[in-house]
Amino acid sequence: MTARFTRREAMALAGATALGLRSPAAEHLTLGFLYNGPKNDLGYNQSHAEGRLALKGMPQVRTVEEASVPETVAAEESMRDMIFQDGAAAVFATSFGYYDPFTIDMARENPGVQFFHCGGLYDEARHPKNIGIYFGFIDEVEFLSGMLAGMATKTGKIGFVAAKPIPQVLRNINSFTLGARSVNPSVTTKVVFTGDWVLPVREAEASSSLADQGIDVLTGHTGSPRVIVQTAERRGVFGCGYQFDQSSMAPRGFLSGAEWAWGTVYLRVAKLIGEGKSVTSGTIPRRLTGTLKDEFCKLSPFGPSVREQARRRVADAKQAILNGRLDIYRGPLRTNEGRIAVPAGKVLKIEDVELDKMDYLVEGVQGSARG
Amino acid sequence: MKRAEAFLIPLAAVAAAMLVFGLFCAALGVNPFAVYASIYRAGFGSWYSWQNTLVRASPLLLTGLCTAIPVRAGVIVIGNEGAVVMGGMGAIAAGLATLSWTPWLSLGAMSAAAMLCGGVWIASSVALQHYRGVSAVISGLLLSYIAIATMDQLIEGPLRDPSSLNNPATYPLTADHRLGSFSGTHVHHGLIFGLIACVLAWFLIEKTSFGFAVKIAGGNVRAARLAGLPVGRLVMTAGFLGGAAAGLAGMIEVAAVHGRANESLNAGYGYTGILVAFLARHNPALVILVALFVGGLSASGGMLQRAHDLPDATIAVLQGILFLFILLSDTVYGRLRARMDGGAKTVAAAV
Repeated sequence: MTARFTRREAMALAGATALGLRSPAAEHLTLGFLYNGPKNDLGYNQSHAEGRLALKGMPQVRTVEEASVPETVAAEESMRDMIFQDGAAAVFATSFGYYDPFTIDMARENPGVQFFHCGGLYDEARHPKNIGIYFGFIDEVEFLSGMLAGMATKTGKIGFVAAKPIPQVLRNINSFTLGARSVNPSVTTKVVFTGDWVLPVREAEASSSLADQGIDVLTGHTGSPRVIVQTAERRGVFGCGYQFDQSSMAPRGFLSGAEWAWGTVYLRVAKLIGEGKSVTSGTIPRRLTGTLKDEFCKLSPFGPSVREQARRRVADAKQAILNGRLDIYRGPLRTNEGRIAVPAGKVLKIEDVELDKMDYLVEGVQGSARG
Repeated sequence: MKRAEAFLIPLAAVAAAMLVFGLFCAALGVNPFAVYASIYRAGFGSWYSWQNTLVRASPLLLTGLCTAIPVRAGVIVIGNEGAVVMGGMGAIAAGLATLSWTPWLSLGAMSAAAMLCGGVWIASSVALQHYRGVSAVISGLLLSYIAIATMDQLIEGPLRDPSSLNNPATYPLTADHRLGSFSGTHVHHGLIFGLIACVLAWFLIEKTSFGFAVKIAGGNVRAARLAGLPVGRLVMTAGFLGGAAAGLAGMIEVAAVHGRANESLNAGYGYTGILVAFLARHNPALVILVALFVGGLSASGGMLQRAHDLPDATIAVLQGILFLFILLSDTVYGRLRARMDGGAKTVAAAV
């Protein structure tokens, strides 16, 4: 007779393992992390992998991770393995596409495990209670990065290489441009969409062709804009990063960039779980979001070509944002098609849900929000 | 002798690949035997890991056929990814159009649409080679890019569900219009499609006069023409069938995995299918075994990262080395026999 495990039996087995782990002798908390791409992409995936490193200071926490997990059944299988083979008490699914249906299905299948998803759209009525959502609002940091670009440009033209015209990307193009135009109202941003998150060759081509058109600051929003920053350096123009610190790609022309600081989230959640709290019982917030103020994101270190005056000006703006005196999306805000996006006198705070549906590019951006 | 060769050479190629991969692991400071033990445990060691393997093998059964069938007619097809994507798009279009139908009828329509889309996609690249002399390898690869771009255009444009803000996708299928899983497991019913397709393809190629004719056309076009075989029709049919299989893989991704179409349709199953077909030496029955083997390898990729701290590309490296050795081993066929026969003659002469 061969031993055949049904799912239920396997779960019972896993449960037993988990119980074993919870025995006083080995008080360990295992957390699993899944990334969509390589851990060293100098981009989105590395920002999460580095965030996980913040847990090194918690001796009772053990982390397991898998990189380059595609948004297919593979994501589900990886989560299941972390739960059954490693006894993970919580899983962090860092890529947007892991949410529906994979994280939802796994959460339903494993009610005793907590799932934290980066950026998912939780639906109270349909989705299981053991899912928590975390995400950051990085628009303010893009604004600061854009200010540096606005001060650095001599031609008044900035290039932005973007993956897809989705709200998250449009927000970054807009806030970057608003930052640049806040210091230099004549600046224009030219946008090129590549069509996908990781297309290094096309990103390099787009960057180079933007440089040919007289652009002297380049930035972008792709899985990792490393190639964009690298091309900027090669073409002798300034570069602003995104997702992660890309200063190593442009030792001369790097200005700064907006980067994630997921360690803040991971530390906070790990501590809460360690205290026996859970998202299921409501003792961990269902939605954990934060801004520059909450240290969910930050500005990369300034590059060598950023002058003292520019540093001061950005520091002042940052202080104003932290004090709540400077809002990014304040009316009147016009789209580049002449429509009023935010009427005069109105201010949209960056947590405002209306911004999650952004489908326009602001005045000063050359390009179409439809790609 | 020929039989032994067909068995020994692939085995030797796999063994050589494993040796080289072992050296790779050792160079990374990891005990290769521990790595192989982990691969076995995570891919084949228990019913739990078998489920993981089966789930991952399921699309490979079909994408493997996409290369394996047309090769028998003499055309090397590597545009599998494009056929998967087009099949998936056809399936979701048909599925969304038939939401008011009884589920099994709707699933039938989805399968038919997927096979048609995938089949036409591959047949067009086969036609380019057969009638216009454009290499199907090149055209297939380029057509894949076109397929992916078309899919992006459709899911970000006309077929987009407006509520899919940051991950463009089509509208979803309703729950009853999706393929379920075998009870008590997490293996979806798509596996059955793949297994049946492989068995049917094997029967068609090995046991019917059509298959015989295809093999003649693939082996020697001039001989086939002299024998009065309709070479064009045979080659095109083989291409269509291969593409239909890959298209069906796309339908299963839509109906069993995602419940909608999004950019994850382009997950690389098509490319892995090429490896599967070559490892199986284009024998549809062996495609089953090889798909399970390769599925098990990818199932173990996670454990290699978690337990041995190996890079995420490790399994891709192993697959690459395997592919290289299998291609290399193709050049050995016949030589082994010649050498052994030669050796036997020398011995006979000495006696």
